[in-house]
Amino acid sequence: MTIDTGNLNPTSQVSRPSGGSFFTSKGRYRAFFETWPPIVLIALFFIGLAIFVVATAPLIAPYDFMAMDLRDRLTPPALFGGTWAHPLGTDELGRDLLSRLIISIRVSMMIAFLSTLIAGTLGITLGFLAAYFRGRVEQLIMMLIDAQASMPFMIIALAVLAFLGNSLFLFIVLMGFYGWERIARIARGLAIAATEQGYATSVRDLGASPMRIYGRHILPNIASTLIVSMTLNFPEVILLESGLSFLGLGVQPPMTSLGNMVGYGRDYIQSAPWIMLVPSAAIVLTTLSISIVGDWMRDRFDPTLR
Amino acid sequence: MLRYALLRIARALVTVSLIVSIAFVILRLSGDPAIIILGPEAPPEAFKAFRHAWGLDQPIWVQYLKYFNAIFHGDLGNSMRDGRSALQVVGERIPLTLAITIPALFLKVLIGLPAGVYAALHRNTAIDRLIMTLSVFGFTVPSFVLGLVLAMIFAVKLGWLPSGGSDTWLHAVLPIFTMGMIGAAVIARFTRSAMLEVLGQPYIRTASAKGLVWRDVVVAHALPNAAIPTLTIVGFMVGSLVAGAVVVESVFSWPGVGRLLVTAVANRDLAVVQVILLFVGFTMVLANLIVDLLYGWVDPRLRTKRLQAGT
Amino acid sequence: MRPLLSVRDIKRHYQVRVPGGFFGRDALLKAVDGLSFDINRGETLGLVGESGCGKSTTARLVMGHIPLTAGSVAFDGQPVTARHDSDWRAMRRRMQMVYQDTLGALDRRLTISEQIGEPFAIHEPVMTAGQRHERALSLMDSVGLRADMARRFPHELSGGQRQRVVIARALALSPDLLVCDEPVSALDVSIQAQVLNLLDDLREQTGFAALFISHDLKVVRQMSDRVAVMYLGKIVETGAPEAVFKRAQHPYTKALISAIPTPRNRGRRERIVLEGDPPSPVDVPPGCAFHTRCPLAMTQCRLDTPLLSGDGDHLVACHAIHQSAQSAPLAAE
Repeated sequence: MTIDTGNLNPTSQVSRPSGGSFFTSKGRYRAFFETWPPIVLIALFFIGLAIFVVATAPLIAPYDFMAMDLRDRLTPPALFGGTWAHPLGTDELGRDLLSRLIISIRVSMMIAFLSTLIAGTLGITLGFLAAYFRGRVEQLIMMLIDAQASMPFMIIALAVLAFLGNSLFLFIVLMGFYGWERIARIARGLAIAATEQGYATSVRDLGASPMRIYGRHILPNIASTLIVSMTLNFPEVILLESGLSFLGLGVQPPMTSLGNMVGYGRDYIQSAPWIMLVPSAAIVLTTLSISIVGDWMRDRFDPTLR
Repeated sequence: MLRYALLRIARALVTVSLIVSIAFVILRLSGDPAIIILGPEAPPEAFKAFRHAWGLDQPIWVQYLKYFNAIFHGDLGNSMRDGRSALQVVGERIPLTLAITIPALFLKVLIGLPAGVYAALHRNTAIDRLIMTLSVFGFTVPSFVLGLVLAMIFAVKLGWLPSGGSDTWLHAVLPIFTMGMIGAAVIARFTRSAMLEVLGQPYIRTASAKGLVWRDVVVAHALPNAAIPTLTIVGFMVGSLVAGAVVVESVFSWPGVGRLLVTAVANRDLAVVQVILLFVGFTMVLANLIVDLLYGWVDPRLRTKRLQAGT
Repeated sequence: MRPLLSVRDIKRHYQVRVPGGFFGRDALLKAVDGLSFDINRGETLGLVGESGCGKSTTARLVMGHIPLTAGSVAFDGQPVTARHDSDWRAMRRRMQMVYQDTLGALDRRLTISEQIGEPFAIHEPVMTAGQRHERALSLMDSVGLRADMARRFPHELSGGQRQRVVIARALALSPDLLVCDEPVSALDVSIQAQVLNLLDDLREQTGFAALFISHDLKVVRQMSDRVAVMYLGKIVETGAPEAVFKRAQHPYTKALISAIPTPRNRGRRERIVLEGDPPSPVDVPPGCAFHTRCPLAMTQCRLDTPLLSGDGDHLVACHAIHQSAQSAPLAAE
């Protein structure tokens, strides 16, 4: 317990406004910001904004993201000498940057979401299989986990793209292999701990099938930890996807994504830097926001992680 | 200790063969090499001759063994672009990559380690918060964004440094700086949490309670123990010296292995991609092995524990 | 008539590493070492002994949690194995368990009604959620839980209430056998009596057989039709509660009984104090496991393992008792 010396100070008692409301309301504000730090609130706001953009992208985009207007090429953003017709300016083909940004956010977020879902499913399944079978199956899975963890994923991704070629579906599946090994490790560890605890054993004693034990009992009990680790995986997938798209090996035109926009914008770094800076800022803001919220969730809901 | 070392080496060999096997599987999955090399319109006789010449008409496990054998002899095929040995094509790019990644590695450790230790020792001070905020940016700002922003400032606006190429040592400054800053952020964060965990341990409190000077406690007890988790991340960085350069080399048009990989992938120059994949795999395994052996040396508990688990 | 549960010479040994040598040495921990007993329909066998004597391991072997090192367990003629296949799961309809750690035995995310209804969800998939809830409510009533607790979660209940939930869940499918592993030792003494009375009442109503495991002699005595005393993985004495507690023969049983604190025997009965700790089950001495602490130990006790024998139901494994029983008729002549 901490003692607030301010309360013991008689002058502060005298000078406080009528009623006890001053201290209680101050305490309430403080308590509120202790559970919801301002930085987290800002991050949550940006995540909400991003989700809104993802959900409504084609509706709120002022132009078709592929529509070219060769008379309006390379116009700067509205506040930097441009017009409000194109609030974020246009690119080298006269396409509206705001519209492209909105569609790109949608594409990048959707890829990251689907990939994280794949990684989560894969990781949880393999982690549970390892925990259930133990023995040789577990050793095999652990070997796969070690092998995956010991290779930089960028190299694996590039090799697969070289060998198998690129399509959006393959690309999402490929990104889905990012981070599964961390989730598998966590899922295995938690499932083993759970089976050693009473509730899993006692449900098995009732005659429950392994599917029921793992699906209805162990999974809900460890879900919060898994969700936190998947949240922390999410921004990393965005970074990976945008990196590959930046190199021209990820999302292919005419489709666009955030990394894609940066990649094409780099050629105009001298004459029209906003083409590159606008999507860059979007990448940093989303990954930063999700990381902040993920860290906060980890500290708040799950002190066992890391 | 010998047994521990042998066990680690055996595991490393298993991982290497696993990587080779995966490369083989991906290669086979990528479609019929005959069609890729000869093109789909080639006459059927040519396909047959090609398949026979490369042993593709043999059972898959024979091909698998032959593949292993070829890799053992350094026979990794020729680059499709200029017909030279893929090994040679990759080999001549390696020094250029190391020229920027090794200085970057030093930069990462020299900035990241002291920053992490300092932040941990001055937890919750303004400097700690500053270091951690910068570190979060290091995690969330992609290297190509940082690289381009640095290029915009130092090359385009100020004109102090060149923005691309490899003609003088000045060209190396921005790539090294970009990689170094992002890596330093990662190391700082790892070191800080490792230090904080160690500082919370009872033996640290005992050491300071028995009257040791705090400085000595940190140097004698906390740092060596915090070094263990940090070692892992540094080992990973050493192993991925080449892999880490892929994006940055492309941003600054630095003609190293990373950029070669990107162009090879874009052109589907499979032989070159395969050599780089295997090269990165081997360096990773080697780096992991060295880290594991260092672990055993730094932390005697580990070698007995693993030994018992292994028996 | 075939007994409901037939346990024959079961053993459970563990390979362990103990300090010694350069890297430690391998040793064999004999948690359960040759145990045989039968339980008839409707009968309760009480298993009593100090902690670490292998009682709980016996329960886990009987339930088929862990594989047997040797011997056999048969439930109604069917072998119980640790292969958790569909036969094993189907057998759970008829054998259930009550645990010591009630908070651990319940899923903290499910309501009481869902927990009690779970056996129906598993074994009678045609039942709707509403029907399960109805059945759960009537089970709650029969174990003395108020209906308004149905929507609560395990951590909102007291230990005694949670144990009632576990009992209700175990009895949901009217099993033939209930294995109770220290069901009341985590509870307050006043609550203990309530839960024991509840188990007793339910047994009278439904007629399940039970393997009742406890370190508490009074509890075992109250609950059991037959008692077996365990020491270091073996049964040393078995018989009707009256016989074992009133006419204890084995020196270990005598020592246990003399340690029961009751106001009546203060000063009247001499308390037998055992010397030393029980030897670790890793280093069970050869011969009779008890000879290191036994006041009657003879040379033979260090060499041969005594067998359970005696007249009628009251069996004891002790060389000294066997010898005096043989020599008694001689002395009378």
